[in-house]
Amino acid sequence: MTQSSESSGPDYKAFPDQNGHFGRFGGRFVSETLMAALDELDVMYRRLKDDPQFQADFDYDLAHYVGRPSPLYLAERWTKQLGGARIWLKREDLNHTGAHKVNNTIGQALLAKHMGKKRVIAETGAGQHGVASATVAARLGLECHVFMGEEDIRRQRLNVYRMKLLGANVVPVTSGSRTLKDAMNEAMRDWVTNVDDTFYIIGTVAGPHPYPMLVRDFQSVIGREAREQSLKQAGKLPDALVACVGGGSNAIGLFHPFLEDRDVAMYGVEAAGDGIDTGRHAAPLSAGRPGVLHGNRTYLMEDDNGQIIETHSVSAGLDYPGVGPEHSWLKDIGRVNYVSADDNEALAAFRELTCVEGIMPALESAHALAYARKLAPQMDADQDIIINLSGRGDKDILTVAEIDGIHF
Amino acid sequence: MSRIEACFATLKEQQRKALIPYITAGDPSKTVTVPVMHAMVEAGADVIELGVPFSDPMADGPVIQKACERALAAGTGLRDVLAMVTEFRRDNDTTPVVLMGYLNPVEIMGYERFADACVDAGVDGVLMVDLPPEECDDVAPLFKSRGVDLIFLIAPTTTDARISRIAAAASGYLYYVSLKGVTGSASLNVEEVARRVETIRNLAQLPIGVGFGIKDAQSARAVSQVSDGVVVGSALVNQSAENVDTPDRIAPAVAAILADMRAAMDKQ
Repeated sequence: MTQSSESSGPDYKAFPDQNGHFGRFGGRFVSETLMAALDELDVMYRRLKDDPQFQADFDYDLAHYVGRPSPLYLAERWTKQLGGARIWLKREDLNHTGAHKVNNTIGQALLAKHMGKKRVIAETGAGQHGVASATVAARLGLECHVFMGEEDIRRQRLNVYRMKLLGANVVPVTSGSRTLKDAMNEAMRDWVTNVDDTFYIIGTVAGPHPYPMLVRDFQSVIGREAREQSLKQAGKLPDALVACVGGGSNAIGLFHPFLEDRDVAMYGVEAAGDGIDTGRHAAPLSAGRPGVLHGNRTYLMEDDNGQIIETHSVSAGLDYPGVGPEHSWLKDIGRVNYVSADDNEALAAFRELTCVEGIMPALESAHALAYARKLAPQMDADQDIIINLSGRGDKDILTVAEIDGIHF
Repeated sequence: MSRIEACFATLKEQQRKALIPYITAGDPSKTVTVPVMHAMVEAGADVIELGVPFSDPMADGPVIQKACERALAAGTGLRDVLAMVTEFRRDNDTTPVVLMGYLNPVEIMGYERFADACVDAGVDGVLMVDLPPEECDDVAPLFKSRGVDLIFLIAPTTTDARISRIAAAASGYLYYVSLKGVTGSASLNVEEVARRVETIRNLAQLPIGVGFGIKDAQSARAVSQVSDGVVVGSALVNQSAENVDTPDRIAPAVAAILADMRAAMDKQ
């Protein structure tokens, strides 16, 4: 455990503060044009989150459109093979559209509707958030533009086509490293230009306040369900939680409802790419330092001049140089352990879960599996680990095939 | 009296408006910038906004994004930009220089070190695009106590309450962003700008510069008639883009545009 049981931890529910700060992290660092829109969103969200009708609408959509609650599945065969703690998978891969991302886009689309916005924009890396945004836009009849780096468009062709089928306009981003961070820059530029009629659906717990807070709140359904399910199915709280961290929305969604359960250890797994030592990775919490990007202060991958550096990961969804500010804070106060898994470990875990359990995980989620694979054997057979299986791997088949030298 | 204050006081006396050019430092090479700064002053610039290149310039359009990429490819960091101001000051002790950019390069250097370095180099003001007044309570005194002006943006979307708050935090001048969008966007609506500047005047004492969308002598003149100064950026940065292989042509090309604007603004 990272904290002694007698010291009382912070009141996690009190964060962020009124201005969006998690300790020294978070905040609202954007150009002036967006400040009014962020204030408007903040006021609207604070009003709606305690509105029973809004909550009822959100819960209804999660149940009937997304298919929640997602199961908590005991991976018996994999548990036996690893020889340690029992492994439970929180099956976000079974959600409509195939990942946890839709929990958040449902919530933000409801906000957009309440605010009377007719046009939504989103950034996407792996394409899962883009697909989830295009999906809710189709359902609500909203115009949808998804910004996606050219490099990611190449890696995730299937999701690009899915978004187009859903009626979204996929805008290729050719600036910078042509990945998720550049897509977010471009989405911000669009938002500044079309701020009157446009709602920006941010896909992760980063960005200016109130986004890290509201995305966390929408994703916390994962942890609330997992907590209840664990008590019912395992008869106790889990001993450890494991989730991958890019921006960190699936991880915060699982972790947040457990933060006050002091005996539940938490592991956020970053993408080590070719290895932390090589510098070719996407692990700001493991090897970065605090800075300001995309509207918040958080750990970043940057050079000595404060320029953001290119990241590397086999998984497009983790290929991001920043991380949600709440994670930066949870790292500094020691509540969550941030670790990493490299490309090879993630690919091995991808193949292993597929063969042993018949579940093909997203390459993002495979990073969490890769770390859990090392953690489980060090724990006892009467202990429990919950891994957030944040998405399914269908979208990654072409990437894995290419690595295997197979071209369709 | 600070250089910026003195500059606007003199202009007011002469009943002229400030011409405020922006260029990205180190674009396309580090050696180009200081000669261009001097050429801009000779062509009639009153204040120089010197852009600090950043890898992720979220508030900028394609013209200044590419300028940042060229400057970064040439190895330009915040320390180099400060060194350029030091060099500029050897031959010019009167024209105010404002560093404009994003927060992260400053964050890494450290605010106190940066504020000291500004004083040493002869930087008069700092405009950090992604630092709203809400986030600057800790850092503002570091600049104020050293006589470095903090310049803030006001946008078409800024509420009256925020204008007052920004004006309270700002010194030097206020920079009104004339349209919703990124730098280098489409043309502006002068009547709308005039209305907004009037609103700001009722809430703030500082001189008001207007930028975004000013492309030529005509738009510079029109905006100068309803404000205290015009900021021109992308139109100048375009000259760097067009002369990457002939850097000697950048200074005269930039100077020619500014001279036209100056003449149009000063015409009775």
